[in-house]
This record gives sequence, C-alpha cells and structure tokens, in this order.
Amino acid sequence: MLTTILIIVVSAVFSQNFILVKFLGICPFLGVSKRIQSSFSMGIAVTLVMLLATLVTYPLYTYVMVPLGIEYLEIIFFIFIIAALVQMLEKLIQKFLPALFRTMGIYLPLITTNCAILGVAELVLANDLSSVAAGVAEGTAMNFGFAMLYALCAGMGFTLAMVLMGGVRERVEYTPCAKCMKGFPITMMAASFMAMAFYVFTLI
Amino acid sequence: MNKYAKIATDGMIANNATFKLVLGTCATLGLSSSAFSGLGMGLSVTVVLLLSNVVISLLRKIIPGTVRIPAFIVVIATMVTLLRMFLEKFLPSLSESMGVFLPLIVVNCIILGRAEAFASKRPVLESALDGVATGLGFTFAITLMGIIRELLGSGSFFGVKLWEFSVGFFSNNAGAFFVYGICIALFVFINDRFEKLRRAKRSRALRVPSDALDAEKEGA
Repeated sequence: MLTTILIIVVSAVFSQNFILVKFLGICPFLGVSKRIQSSFSMGIAVTLVMLLATLVTYPLYTYVMVPLGIEYLEIIFFIFIIAALVQMLEKLIQKFLPALFRTMGIYLPLITTNCAILGVAELVLANDLSSVAAGVAEGTAMNFGFAMLYALCAGMGFTLAMVLMGGVRERVEYTPCAKCMKGFPITMMAASFMAMAFYVFTLI
Repeated sequence: MNKYAKIATDGMIANNATFKLVLGTCATLGLSSSAFSGLGMGLSVTVVLLLSNVVISLLRKIIPGTVRIPAFIVVIATMVTLLRMFLEKFLPSLSESMGVFLPLIVVNCIILGRAEAFASKRPVLESALDGVATGLGFTFAITLMGIIRELLGSGSFFGVKLWEFSVGFFSNNAGAFFVYGICIALFVFINDRFEKLRRAKRSRALRVPSDALDAEKEGA
C-alpha cells in the first residue's frame, strides 16, 4: 500500500511529468512562464482545478454514467464540469480572497482550455492503475483515493516544471541570440534540455 | 487575389497555426514521434475543424453573444465524440495510438480559436474553407515534424525502414521540443527572407530606395 502510494508520487511528479514527458498543458508552459512568480501562481491554480475536477468527474463517471450506460458522453460532460468549476472558483476567489485574485485572476479563465485538466480526468478512468502510473504492480485496481492522489501529484509535477521553466526564462530573456531564434524557438530549446533531465527519471 | 484564395493561403501558410501562431502544441509534440501518427492526428483535427466551423457558422445568428464560448465548446465536444466513435469502430489501431490525445482534441486551441475568430462572423462556405485550410496547415506541420523525427530517430519513412543509422534522441521527448523549436525558427527565418524580397521588389517598382519605404512605413 505504502509503496504503491510512493510509486504514484514519484511517477506523477518526476518520471511521468505532465509537461515534459506526457506533453499535456504545454500552452501555459510556453505562455505564462516568463516569471517565476507568475508560473508558480499558474501551477497552484492548475493543481487546485485538477483536484476539484477529479473530485467531481471520477464519482460522476463511476457511479452515474457507467450504470446508466452513457459513457460516450464523457467528453461533453467533463469539459462542461471543468468550465463550470473554473467559473465558480474564479467568483469565489474574487469574493473571498481579493489579494490572491489580483495575482492569479487572469490565469483562471485560461485553465478551462488547458489539456492537463481534461487529461487527468480522462487518464484516471483507466481500470488498471499501472497504465497510469508506470511502476505500480500490474492489476492494482484504480479507486477514488488513488485518483485523487494522482491528480494532486500531477498538479505538483506541473507546478515543478512551470517554476523551473520560469527560472530559466528569466535568464534567457536577456541573453543575446539569433533573431529567428527569439521567443518560442529558444524556449523550446530550453524545454528540450529540461526534458532530457527528466528523461533520466524514466530509466529508474 | 480573390477572397477564397486568400483564406486558403492565410490558413495554410501565412497564419500557419503550428509554426506561426504556436497553437495546439500539446498534440504537435505528443504525436509527432512518427509520420503516421502525425498524419492521423492532423486529419482528425481537420475533420473536427471543418465540421465545427460549418455548424458554428450556421448557428452564428442564433447563438447569443454572452454564452458563445460554452456553445462553441458543446459543438466541438460533440464533433470529437462522433469522431472518437467512428475511429474506435473503423480504425481501432489509429485510435489506440492516439490514446488520451483523441479526447483532448476538444481543448485544442486551434479549433476554438477558429470558431471564435472566423466561423462566428463569416458565411458557411468561407468558414468551411477556412476550416479545411487551417486543418491542412496543421496536418502539414505535424506530419513534417513526424517525418523528421522518424527519419532521424528510427531511420524509417512512414514505417518503411530506409537505413540502420538512428539517433534515439529524436524519438524521445527532448527531441520533440528540439525539432519543434528548430522548425519554428526556420519558418520565421524563411518568412523574414520572403518579406524582405517582397519589399525590395515593391520599392523597385515604385522607384524608391527601400530605406525610404521603410521609413515611410514606420512613420505611418
């Protein structure tokens, strides 16, 4: 049990990192990683929405949609739930935590179309845990607790990659480079080297 | 240049979604490891883009402005659901290779972007053409990356083995970022060159030195 939990944590944060290994949530990774502060806010916001989304979608799928035989509607249901959650979260934060809203308010609407959120909601529907978190003993059944843990760790891995990228880009911005490499291309190069570093974790 | 030709070239080359606007990056990076999966993903996105553009353009007078984004998302999600059912039934191997990226076509920024920027304002025929052109631009980009990565990473072309030489770097994740970065840089470089040539040609035709034209442009 404990080893399973540990493997899920290591797998979701490092060896199956959402951004650098699974290629989910690249848009915010390239778009809002100019400063460490903003990338950290974005990471936290994404983690929060990921947890909330899994909290709603996993029980909905297992206990409502499967018994009713309407699994084929999952994409439509899930995207709606995520959009609604993001709206609600935005209003709640605006009302109760105005200071936080000022720092991460603009990132919240962007999260709706972030593939990482829908990606987590889709991935945790797999029956076998080992297909999601590599390294877990095969045949371990997926349950609600594991799904939530996986969502939390995936969000942490996302935040980690965002913060690292923010640090790299703060330096890269003031470094001279060829005109056609400015902007996205040089960021991609930096991401390539980070992906190489994370590749080592998959060999463990 | 007539209206339709302009829409087509804009979508495919001038405003290429992948290399110029850098949208839909997740799918581009995730499915460019081989030419086949890239082509499959590109064509799937093209189909969804065409259908959603047509439907949204037909409904553009009915959808109220305040709830347009949720309405667009419902249309797109429906199209993706249909596509997923179709692929699972008739092309199971392709749907298997696309994995989680198949449902994730819903949140592909290219599709929502075209719905918002084009299909919600233009007539059906133009929207359909724009959908196909943008989709083919994306297909071209992702297939090109797939070909490069497959050729260097496993020495084959569309699954046909060409030589034994291969660099593993290109077929894993770091290679995806690297190839994408190089492709964008090349696209920007070539685009700049063409722009310069065009400007030089125009200034010759007007018999003005190109510097003067630049200054005039900046002044305006």
